[in-house]
This record gives sequence, C-alpha cells and structure tokens, in this order.
Amino acid sequence: MAESIRLEVVTPEKSVVSESAQIVMAPGSMGEFGVLTGHTPFLSTLKTGALKYKDESGRERFVFVSSGFAEALPDRVTVLAESAERRKDIDVQRAKSAAERAEKRIQSGGKDVDYIRAKTALFRAISRIQLAETR
Amino acid sequence: MPTLKDVQLKIQGVKKTKQITKAMNMVATSRLRGAQGAMDGFRPYAEKFSEVLGSLAEKAGDKASPLLIPREDVKKIHVVLCTSDRGLCGGFNINLTDGAKNHIKNNSIDGAEYSFTCFGKKGRDWCRKNKHVIAEEHLGVVGSKFGFSVASTAGKKLVDGFLDGSYDEVYIIYSEFVSMAKHLPVVQKLLPIPPIEKDDTEEGGSVEYQAEHICEPSPEELLGDLLPRNVYVQIFRALLETSTSEHAARMTAMDNATKACSDMIDSLTLAYNRARQAAITADLMDIVGGAEALKG
Repeated sequence: MAESIRLEVVTPEKSVVSESAQIVMAPGSMGEFGVLTGHTPFLSTLKTGALKYKDESGRERFVFVSSGFAEALPDRVTVLAESAERRKDIDVQRAKSAAERAEKRIQSGGKDVDYIRAKTALFRAISRIQLAETR
Repeated sequence: MPTLKDVQLKIQGVKKTKQITKAMNMVATSRLRGAQGAMDGFRPYAEKFSEVLGSLAEKAGDKASPLLIPREDVKKIHVVLCTSDRGLCGGFNINLTDGAKNHIKNNSIDGAEYSFTCFGKKGRDWCRKNKHVIAEEHLGVVGSKFGFSVASTAGKKLVDGFLDGSYDEVYIIYSEFVSMAKHLPVVQKLLPIPPIEKDDTEEGGSVEYQAEHICEPSPEELLGDLLPRNVYVQIFRALLETSTSEHAARMTAMDNATKACSDMIDSLTLAYNRARQAAITADLMDIVGGAEALKG
C-alpha cells in the first residue's frame, strides 16, 4: 500500500474530517483534481460539490463542500470550506426544502430577488441531494 | 426602627433575588462553555486561513484587489457594532458603546458621515438614542448559537457597499475575550483591508512549503476570492469573541450580585435579631414595670 496523506476538512464551526487517506479527489474550480502523497504544493478554490477520498482501508468516502478552497502539500491536504459535511450527515429534508424555497424565489420573478444568490442556493441544495442519494 | 415583620419581608425578598442571580450565574457559565467550544472549533480554520492568505498576499502584491486600496477622501464611514442583546452583564455594553463614541470623537474627519450595522439590541438602542444612521440590525445573534452564514451575509453587504462607494471605510467594534475577568473593547479596520502581515513566527513545519505554491486560478484571482472571505472571517471571529465575553461578563456580574445578596442577608439577619431582642426587652420592661406598680 502506498503511503497515506493526511486529509483535513475544516469549517468555521468545526473540523469535519481529520484522517489519513490514500487518495483525495477534490472538485477544483478549474476541474477536479486528485492528490496523492508527495503532491507539489498547490492551492485552488473549490466548486460546490463532492470531495472524494479513499480512507486507509480503501473504502471510498464522500464529503460535501461548498464555498471553499484547498491547499495540497506533500504530506497533507487541507480544505477550508464555509460548509461541509460527510455524506451520512447530509440533512436531505433540509436540502429539499432549501431547494424548493430557492426555486420559488427564482420563479416569483420579483424585482428584489437576488438571482445569483437564489441560484447558488439552489445549486448547493441540489448537489447535497445528489450526493446523499448516490450509492 | 423597622418592625420585625418589615425586616423579615426584606430578608425573604433578598433571598429570592439571590436565587435568581445564582441561577443566571449558572446559565451564563454553561453558555460560556458552549461559546468557548465554538471559539475552539473556529481556531483551526482561522489559523489556516490567515496562513494561506499571508502567503498569497506576498505573491500577489499590495494592489491586487480594490479591497486593499485605501481611499484618499474618506467621507462615509461605516461601523459594525457588536454588543449583547440583554443586559445584566455589568459594564459590558457601556464599554463597547463608549468605544464607538470615542472612535467617532478621536477620528472625526470634517464632514464624515457615520452609519452603523448593529449586532445586538443594546448597540442598536444606543444608536437610536444618539440618532445615528442604522443600516442594518441583527438581533438574536450575539450570545446564542449562530452559523458562519450570519457573518458572510452581513460581510457581503459591507464588501458590496465598499465597492460601490457607499462606504469609504468600515470598522468593527467588538469585545475581545482576553480572560475570564478581562474583555477589552477593540476597534478594528475591516475595509480597506490593512496590509496583510505574513507572520512566520510560529507556524511550525508548514513554513518551508509556503513560498512555492502552484495556484489555480492565478494568485491574483485567488486573492480576490479570499479577501472578501477574510472580511467574513473577521466578522465571525468578532461575533464569537463578543458572545464569549458577554457570557463571561454576565457570569462575573451575577457572581458579584450573589455575593452582595449574601452580605445583605447577613446584615439584615443581624438587624432582625436585634429588633427581636429589643421587642423582648421592651415586653420584659413592661411586665416588670407592671409588677412593681402592683406591689407599690
């Protein structure tokens, strides 16, 4: 087995993931990238989406991240995100109601609707639901 | 001389007050623990964030973002004032509003207009009383549990306001939690963002890598993305610090109040016993006097 790399996912509220991984796949804003141990120092912003990694036993795990950036160093990857949660911790009900609210806001078509905000909220909710429902 | 009944009533009243202050003290203690937990949870994020920001700022230079450039003609100043929603925490809120007052007094530029964003009811009330313009108010944030979105929503409005010229400078006034007994009102400049100092004093093992990052997108763009977020981080930190300080201040204030109640009960009990003794003596004098009169 290859050497493992340290993965840390932190949000302003708490640390979500802190463990060793074999490989980390992160949704970079200019394309997804994978990090193995010995990666050159690298810094990228992240899209809203799923971060994948294989833990030490080789199981694939998923973490939802939004509004974040990642720093890769030869021995570790640090992800700073405004919100992040493991797949099993995603609150699907909440995401669904958030998606509905955002949709309503977009459809209402009022002048004071912040479209960009509503759209990102919708996208965030949909990504959460998608990730929670993939098996 | 108060009667026995009066003193007894007073003692009962003070005892009730003591129960309340004691309960408030305990509530504040447990909330303080929660707030400190939130601060501990935030620390890793904040540290990593400033580390990355520092190394980026060095690369991208001082003029990479409009958020970094100071305005020459400062006319419109915006202040974010963090206070608590509720009182009974000693001089906590007064210290903060005084901080705001002094800041306005010491930095008064001719013709500068001040406007406020208020976190917390006490600060809002102060602004209303002094007829300051309130751009926005957020109640129910400080002192309770809140998420990062509170800071990012408020921060986004500030950044937008700064960029479209509604504000020339933005400050934040909050209470820094130094220790249980010490919290200082702090005035900090949010925008334009002061030159970012790269501190390489205590970062440990990571310093060796910092210089050679590959950036995607370019360092300038990355910095443009990170700088507004830095404002949110600062606001979030200020709110956490203020919350923690509030609970600590209330704890101390209620502890003092409980002690004062105990002292008061002691001295009132003394007065009560004295009044009781005086009544007994008077009764005895009466009886003795009556007996003497009968004898005569």
